[in-house]
Amino acid sequence: MLTKRIIPCLDIRDGRTVKGVNFESIRDAGDPVELAELYAREGADELVFLDITATIEKRKTLHQLVNRIAHHINIPFTVGGGISSVEDVHILLQNGADKVSVNSAAFKNPELINQLAKSFGSQCIVLAIDTQLEADGEWYVYLNGGRVKTPMRCIDWARQAVDAGAGEILLTSMNNDGTKKGFALDITRLLADELPVPVIASGGGGTVAHFVEVFTEAHADAALAASIFHFKELTIPDLKQQLRLQEIAIR
Amino acid sequence: MELVIIQYNAGNIQSVLYALERMGQSAVVTDNPDRIRNADKVIFPGVGEASSAMQYLRERQLDSVITSLQQPVLGICLGMQLLCSYSEENDTTCLGIFSERVVKMQAPAAKAGQRYKIPQIGWNSIAQLHSPLMEGIAENSYCYFVHGYYVPFGAHTIATTDYIQPYSAALHKDNFYGTQFHPEKSAETGARILQNFINL
Repeated sequence: MLTKRIIPCLDIRDGRTVKGVNFESIRDAGDPVELAELYAREGADELVFLDITATIEKRKTLHQLVNRIAHHINIPFTVGGGISSVEDVHILLQNGADKVSVNSAAFKNPELINQLAKSFGSQCIVLAIDTQLEADGEWYVYLNGGRVKTPMRCIDWARQAVDAGAGEILLTSMNNDGTKKGFALDITRLLADELPVPVIASGGGGTVAHFVEVFTEAHADAALAASIFHFKELTIPDLKQQLRLQEIAIR
Repeated sequence: MELVIIQYNAGNIQSVLYALERMGQSAVVTDNPDRIRNADKVIFPGVGEASSAMQYLRERQLDSVITSLQQPVLGICLGMQLLCSYSEENDTTCLGIFSERVVKMQAPAAKAGQRYKIPQIGWNSIAQLHSPLMEGIAENSYCYFVHGYYVPFGAHTIATTDYIQPYSAALHKDNFYGTQFHPEKSAETGARILQNFINL
């Protein structure tokens, strides 16, 4: 039976793991290589690495870091942040990434998803969406790490991206991110039920119950979290054991 | 021992290379026919699309090199599918080592909360294990799969898995082995399978 995936996420700035609340108030969370190795050993099903600086001058150190992590882990490895071309992806795959996550650049140039899917296959292309619930009751797409609002509804962009070749959706609710008050169940369920590709829920996971509900009520294929794992508030083995007891299919 | 990883246009080669390195096994990545023929063991990896991969192999005569190999060969994911006789993916004639055919996954009608996503992406269990490749692997161990086409049960099935319906997770015939999952990404279970291949 296919299991639900638990995915720790490393947000990387200047070579360190960091974590913010609602995309702000960022604090240091440790050495990314050590964390990656620990999570793989503890039974993480996959690792996501998002470069949140992604300035051009830092690209090279980023590639070295990806390479070091790839040498140390024996689970799938997704890398994102600042990816805007086939060449960017090629370099990351050469350094040991298995998939890449694209966000703002794909929104500004939807043809990019098409090009990447043709070059590397849809299974390699994760579309990351940062979304926020507005007063009108709709979830909208935000760009540039949550700084720029767009008039596009989350579900519309997700459908368009899947048609263009995105193989998975990494859905982050900005309302929930870093709050530890639970995942955004309604928008996660909408995407998980509507889209033919897996949906990774992100933002707000704080307790075992939050993971249970995102899998059972929101039908997420995978759940991603960062701070609770980095700061040892909930360990991956404990979380997975609790989920198994709740009869959720877990490796 | 010289272990060769076949380089072609549908690679997931770095991951395989790093997995072997973690086990202390060096490997050579090459598309040189002589180097491949003279290797002690050959890994034929792959993530990608069947027809363009076959076209690439034929253009470089790597198709006849692969089918003539006498040493242990391990096809991974698309590599395993290309060792079969035919793939529905763009109506592709494959290498024909395994008589099995590769067919497209078809999702049944979606029910609330039970929508099958295609391709399958994630960890699934493997069962009915029999072959030196699977030595020491417990029934229902988990491996990492990413695929939208699959091989139904056949004469060469040495492991099964279940997604939408049961099908082949691994194949074996003579010196040829194949896994639908990615051992290089399947944590300790995958490392043991790669070690079993190295030990053949």
